[in-house]
Amino acid sequence: MTMKIMVAVKRVVDYAVKIRVKSDKSGVDTSNVKMSMNPFCEIALEEALRIKESGLASEVVAVSMGPAQCIDTLRTGLAMGADRAIHVDYSATLYPLSVAKLLKALVDVEKPGLLILGKQAIDDDCNQTGQMVAGLLNWPQGTFASKVVLDKEKKVATVDREVDGGLETLSLDLPAVITTDLRLNQPRYAKLPNIMKAKSKKIEKFTVQDLKVEIKSDLEIVQVTEPPKRKAGINVSSVDELIDKLKNEAHVI
Amino acid sequence: MVSGILVCEAGCILENLGTFLDNQGFVVPLDLGAKGSCQIGGNVSTNAGGLHFIRYGSLHGSILGLEVVLANGTVLDMLGTLRKDNTGYDLKHLFIGSEGSLGVVTKVSLLAPPKLSSVHLAFLACKDYFSCQKLLLEAKRKLGETLSAFEFLDSNSMDLVLNHLEGVRNPLPPSLHNFYVLIETRGSDESYDREKLEAFLLRSMEADYISDGAIAQDINQASSFWRIREGIAEALMKAGAVYKYDLSLPVDKMYNLVEEMRSRLGQSANVVGYGHLGDGNLHLNISTSQYSNAILAKIEPFVYEWTSKHRGSISAEHGLGLMKADKIHYSKSPQTVQLMSSIKKLLDPNGILNPYKVLPPSLLPC
Repeated sequence: MTMKIMVAVKRVVDYAVKIRVKSDKSGVDTSNVKMSMNPFCEIALEEALRIKESGLASEVVAVSMGPAQCIDTLRTGLAMGADRAIHVDYSATLYPLSVAKLLKALVDVEKPGLLILGKQAIDDDCNQTGQMVAGLLNWPQGTFASKVVLDKEKKVATVDREVDGGLETLSLDLPAVITTDLRLNQPRYAKLPNIMKAKSKKIEKFTVQDLKVEIKSDLEIVQVTEPPKRKAGINVSSVDELIDKLKNEAHVI
Repeated sequence: MVSGILVCEAGCILENLGTFLDNQGFVVPLDLGAKGSCQIGGNVSTNAGGLHFIRYGSLHGSILGLEVVLANGTVLDMLGTLRKDNTGYDLKHLFIGSEGSLGVVTKVSLLAPPKLSSVHLAFLACKDYFSCQKLLLEAKRKLGETLSAFEFLDSNSMDLVLNHLEGVRNPLPPSLHNFYVLIETRGSDESYDREKLEAFLLRSMEADYISDGAIAQDINQASSFWRIREGIAEALMKAGAVYKYDLSLPVDKMYNLVEEMRSRLGQSANVVGYGHLGDGNLHLNISTSQYSNAILAKIEPFVYEWTSKHRGSISAEHGLGLMKADKIHYSKSPQTVQLMSSIKKLLDPNGILNPYKVLPPSLLPC
């Protein structure tokens, strides 16, 4: 089975960085801040690599969209073991619907049997791209995956999803879209031999025009502010005072 | 803040100073596992070293001034903020590392280096100690000014950590290598620094100094690499009784001590070696199920005599305190210790400052 797996990876502010909001409230300050691969995207790539290593896929292609620096994120993906990479070059902000449209265009070119993404990016927490691209492709989707088992013969993916009530198991006909949740796997480290090999792996560039997708900005960021600082608690002197405050100040009863 | 000079009171917690400086684009030139609770005054009095000593040097270099309270109550204002000041004897050096036995540090003036945005960390495997040394030499030459940490640990250390700590995994599975090295670089250009590190590691692999390695791709991975090195002390505590030695030795001889100790103790103990290889500082730890005088007799005074024979320090960074005060002669000549005693008597004639510590009891006032 020569199934190809495509994995979308996003370059985001490193999860461990203490972010600051810009003084003009237009967004988060990303200058001189460490950028890394989105943790859920790392998990997505790890899953794709494991599927390939078990013999169920022949190639893993990593895709990233954004400015030239995305190449760094793709190099990490190649260093983990992806076979080749695609960079969609675009310098302005890309929102989930645009990303989904671009991914659909790439899927039409590459024809993968599986498209794996992280469930959401840690910078915008949208949790939309996977679902939207599945809709555009008219493919089945298994989101918040905590376990993925592929059946080569029947061309079916069995996905355990983390849902509010517990775990839900779905059976998806391939090709399908899967988005990954935290407990799916623990991503591997990029080892030296693979880091060196990655230097000679191919990174193909596409523009938005090449993929014939029109990017419309349908969202406008009005303001970005920090959450209000947590106020100190107070001691109340009686049950009556507690009830009074819960009713008249907190308005919860 | 343009100068990068921080003036603060001795009670400030190291981590809080780090956060304060971080907001202004500077770092504390000192990093310890205990940063969440240790105070800068204590760091000064103990001349704390830490993981970035190889880059930022000793507190003797970073401290520009001190305010110290003497035994007679005099408040000595030496809180200069100047980089260069050759007016008279530079007394602050007496107090740095004196473990509070000559005066109490109340204020500190510290030179804070600018924060560099590009940090890279590699976790490497070496087949023998000789390779670790070659790697260190090459790292100093090829990574030069960007080298910010060079730590080593042996396979016994790795084994302990993997067995006793939660949530720790071997970065270079499946087997245990003989030695591991952590190399960190800090610079100003992310791509350039990464390429420089990768090129260095590739050449080191070709020269057979490294048998395997991984580079952290994000801060989380970097933290998990550091967790291994920083978790050894914790793993030792969980493993049972431990005899701890903190020694400065010539780098080429350092691991010989670990091997000799291993053959002395045989099956009776697990001898573990790790530390700041870049600074010539070995943390030799002997782990047993229980403390025993028989085992102690095999360790001491052998370990001190061995260190002394190689003109090493029996306490590289941990100080002498109470337990090692009478061992000072292994690393300092009698005349030197005599002069120290005179200074102690001059500054603390009644012996009220941290009594019984640092100098042998026979030489102390009262």
